Amino acid sequence: MSAPDPAAPLISARGVRVRLGGSEILRGIDLDVRGGEMVALLGANGSGKSTLVRSLVGVTPLAAGSVELFGTPLGPRVPWTRLGYVPQRVSAQSGMPSTAAEVVASGLLSRSRLRLPRDWRDRAAAALDLVGLADRAESATSELSGGQQQRVLIARALVREPDLLVLDEPVAGVDAPSQQAFATTMTRLVGDGLTVLVVLHELGALAPLVGRAVVLRHGRVVHDGAPPRPAVGHASAAHQHLHPHAPADPAGTAPHLGLEDSWQPDRETTHGPRTDS
Amino acid sequence: MISELTAMLTDPLMQRALLAAILVGVSAPVVGTYLVQRRLALLGDGIGHVALTGVALGWLVGAAMGLVPADVLAIPGAVVAAVIGAVAIEIVRERGRTSGDLALALLFYGGIAGGVLLIGIAGGSSGSLMQYLFGSISTVTTADLVLTVVLSAVILLVGLGLRAALFSVSQDEEFARASGLPVRALNIAVAVVAALTVTVAMRVVGLLLVSALMIVPVAVAQLLTRSFRRTMLVASVVGVVVCVAGLTITYWYYLSPGAMIVVLALGVYLVISLGRAVVVRRRPHPAHDPHPDIPDDLELDATGRPGKATTTTGPGGDTCNA
Repeated sequence: MSAPDPAAPLISARGVRVRLGGSEILRGIDLDVRGGEMVALLGANGSGKSTLVRSLVGVTPLAAGSVELFGTPLGPRVPWTRLGYVPQRVSAQSGMPSTAAEVVASGLLSRSRLRLPRDWRDRAAAALDLVGLADRAESATSELSGGQQQRVLIARALVREPDLLVLDEPVAGVDAPSQQAFATTMTRLVGDGLTVLVVLHELGALAPLVGRAVVLRHGRVVHDGAPPRPAVGHASAAHQHLHPHAPADPAGTAPHLGLEDSWQPDRETTHGPRTDS
Repeated sequence: MISELTAMLTDPLMQRALLAAILVGVSAPVVGTYLVQRRLALLGDGIGHVALTGVALGWLVGAAMGLVPADVLAIPGAVVAAVIGAVAIEIVRERGRTSGDLALALLFYGGIAGGVLLIGIAGGSSGSLMQYLFGSISTVTTADLVLTVVLSAVILLVGLGLRAALFSVSQDEEFARASGLPVRALNIAVAVVAALTVTVAMRVVGLLLVSALMIVPVAVAQLLTRSFRRTMLVASVVGVVVCVAGLTITYWYYLSPGAMIVVLALGVYLVISLGRAVVVRRRPHPAHDPHPDIPDDLELDATGRPGKATTTTGPGGDTCNA
């Protein structure tokens, strides 16, 4: 086996097909992502965006085609430490109490490193600082908001100091400060030359950073180039997507501050000022 | 009192039992922490059922070889069957989660039924299985103790040595895979260590209660901690305390040590969860706001009609504090 070509694309997918539960989700995708690019993967729900990134990072098996990361076919030989992956998640919680720093530190591990380095606390703190959560390192993940938990997962991908960052819907259903913190972080990292492939529902605050957009429709690439303009009705800055995520607090005991529950047109007359007393 | 305590501590039978109880008390919750994190709290029960077939199989082989006593191979048999069963369960889990539940159930029933049938063939009665089902810590021999020490060492070496990797795999398998971690090997490591824990704890609390010793101390610790490391530590402390206390109580009162240990653990859980409920209720503002730094984006006037958007709210959020 020859050494990986340094000029090779960081991601190179050829004819990728994926079947899940009998239906063909991806129908022959070709995609190259080169060093320094920031590529947005767009498409409607069900177009196969998430399945594509999951198959690119080796989580979902391919039915046909091939994927190379850093010039190496998917498998144990891939230099996984160069990849930072942020899966689509509603929360960073697990069945166990765990602090933000502990979750982030698991990003330091790889095939050749099954134990944490001695300085894991410092490195986890530095990664949390990158996403604006420096003061929450010792907080339990269950005490964090959904957006903060998402930032913890981004810090977990960044702590390994990757050359390539792959994010799956990092801002879907995330509170505004977390979206802003995310955009700030990404601006800095892209400026430093990080290569990014990000699944997005809409470009939003990241629009200035995105140089190239790949649009999927029914498991095929229908556009690859300059970021497209959104369809009519989705274009204005005021257009707001509300995603039906389960509330972090199902019992509804914690006060929520946000558009979803601040204004309920059908309950106009009963919805008085919030007093929290 | 002091002299009775001295008598207990100098009794070689009790010394061996105490040492076994401490080892099991430390190591079972370590493994239990990963099982609870993986939402596999009942895995220990499943392995326990399968181990029963191993006990009977060991007995059958021992009887066939004319070994005395006939159950000398029971524990090695349990170790082998538990490891095979745990790995099988892990493979089923990996293949597909939907049918895994049913496959596990089939394995459990097979384990119990197989054990009872085989013990009959070996010339014993299902009564012979009682000491394995409910524990027999007072009959721990030196050979048993050596096996307990070795297996506990393996459990702690894997459970503590690979803590970060096992945490990662148990917390988010998808991320662990994309990190390049050997996910399957780590999953099998958890399964094997769980199987070893079951066979070690079998002597102390019995196969039917093994899982309680892995899970209940973790449930207690979860009430008190916010970090994973601390949870594991507190769980092990609880495990040791209830094991030693339960064993000590049954030194004087003729009761089943295994059942006493489990009842004590459940008692600790009950007391702490009730105490916690009281403490939480006494706090002035129990529900904390996860978004303290988010300004409200709508201003509401006194009649509750939505007003114009505002950006002038400070930390704390509310635009209309009464």
